Amino acid sequence: MTIVLDPTNEQRPVTRQRSERPAVIDGMTIGLLDISKPRGNVFLDRLQELLEDRGFGVKRYSKPTFTKPAPADLRHQISQECNLVIEALAD
Amino acid sequence: MESSAAELTDGVVAVVKRDCPTCELVAPVLSELQRRGVALTVYTQDDPTFPEGVTRLIHDADLAVSYHHQIETVPTLLRIEAGQETARTEGWSRPAWEQLTGLSDLGAGLADYRPGCGSMSVDPAIVDQLRVRFEGGVLQARRLELASLEDEMEALFEREWTDGLPVVPPTEARVLRMLEGTHRAADEIVAVVPPQLVACTVEKVAINAVMAGCKPEYLPIVLAAVEAACTDTFNIHGLLCTTYFSGPLLIVNGPLASRVGMTSGHNVLGQGNRANSTIGRALQLVIRNVGGGRPGRHGIDRSAFGAPSKLGWAMSENEADLPTGWVPMSVEAGHPEGTDTVSLFAGHGPSAIVDQLSRRAEDLIDAFVRRVSANIDPFFARRLDNMLLVIGPEHGRVFSQDGWDKARVRGELNERVFAQLAKSTPAPRWDGPAIVYAGGDAGLFSALIEGWVSGPTGSQMICHPIQTSAHNEGANR
Repeated sequence: MTIVLDPTNEQRPVTRQRSERPAVIDGMTIGLLDISKPRGNVFLDRLQELLEDRGFGVKRYSKPTFTKPAPADLRHQISQECNLVIEALAD
Repeated sequence: MESSAAELTDGVVAVVKRDCPTCELVAPVLSELQRRGVALTVYTQDDPTFPEGVTRLIHDADLAVSYHHQIETVPTLLRIEAGQETARTEGWSRPAWEQLTGLSDLGAGLADYRPGCGSMSVDPAIVDQLRVRFEGGVLQARRLELASLEDEMEALFEREWTDGLPVVPPTEARVLRMLEGTHRAADEIVAVVPPQLVACTVEKVAINAVMAGCKPEYLPIVLAAVEAACTDTFNIHGLLCTTYFSGPLLIVNGPLASRVGMTSGHNVLGQGNRANSTIGRALQLVIRNVGGGRPGRHGIDRSAFGAPSKLGWAMSENEADLPTGWVPMSVEAGHPEGTDTVSLFAGHGPSAIVDQLSRRAEDLIDAFVRRVSANIDPFFARRLDNMLLVIGPEHGRVFSQDGWDKARVRGELNERVFAQLAKSTPAPRWDGPAIVYAGGDAGLFSALIEGWVSGPTGSQMICHPIQTSAHNEGANR
């Protein structure tokens, strides 16, 4: 019989529930988050046009670099200023 | 009487075993001490009745007293005053015993001197078991009992603790032995490890170092590598999650590297040297097991291709043979010469720089320009600091004979690469590649190690000091 020591962090990641999806989005402010990968802006620019044509308020944000998680302050700002956020992965 | 690890009784304490001819020899002397009024306590390691005629005779059956008082030889004689040891002598030496007890003419008829035998508490067959018994309490990790029918190597694969190669089972005894390699406490936090951002203790690093195949003397290097990797500067999070090829390469500078047996010579970037192979692997196992950074469909290591070097990649710089005027990478990074450091570079490769004909620095540099230019990719904003050059001894000699040091090689290289690219846009940025001196002494080659996104948006090379101590320096001698 061998006893070994657990090499892992011995934690179970918390399972987070997704926010409830709104049935109606009329009048909401929509954030567009660019992760700073090439061409993400192409996609988001077009999306912004389409949303504004339909009368949505749109706010733009970008991560300083796609290689690191979004700074906590940025995440907080988006949550305060927007009802919805669309994040553009790209390449 | 049974022993405990508690304080020893004031007076003279002897530790003996019957299975030691010197202890048999001094048995009458112990009786003599008692007869002549010495407050004597004798601990016996094996036979509870040995030696006969001693009033305070205690069986150190679990070797707790011997272990906790670091008895290495029997007989050992200790003087205890107010609970503290104030004198110690090992084996039989009439002058030493007389000095310790304050009595004269001890052991009439015996030779003046006779060496003792090994204490049972340092018997290699049981010392690991004793360490687990008496020090296992410092280990906080969950214990996992493998079933007797389980193959222990297979059991570790099944729990997804390995990088695809077998690992050494991290038993308590092995982990405690690994921890002997550092003066740092087992529960000290080393770093917060991405991607799950978990506080990682020295103990968890030691467990993964055992699994990787490290020796205890490598542990300070692994600890420093974990610290360096988990900085915002090096950004192991991004390096792990990228779809690109790279992984961490460790370059060790300072006297520790050769003392623990790392190579900077033949096959320095390849297989075959235990320290080089396992130190880098230990870092990757920490990222995998503690940070939760695993490759594959359900993992967060999203590399499209990966690279064989991601199993673990470490090397050292050949400081002993640096050409005249060349300085170690650690000194270029601002550390005093002789500092033990580990530098981390996010890379993969290597690719070969070949020139077996040039005998002048002016000519040889062209081979470097060709390879570096071929590796400048506009996607990485034409940076040169996302490359690492490993210059071999035969190329190094050609440069140094013409008076070119590392800085000159870098400067001449940048100037020539710039001249080639000046017409194109965007303009290149001019942080030059890092240079390390290593490789076998035969072969007119050098190596270029390609890197990942550099600068503040990606991973910046970092040179981090290694914490060593008198304790582990002694262990490595």
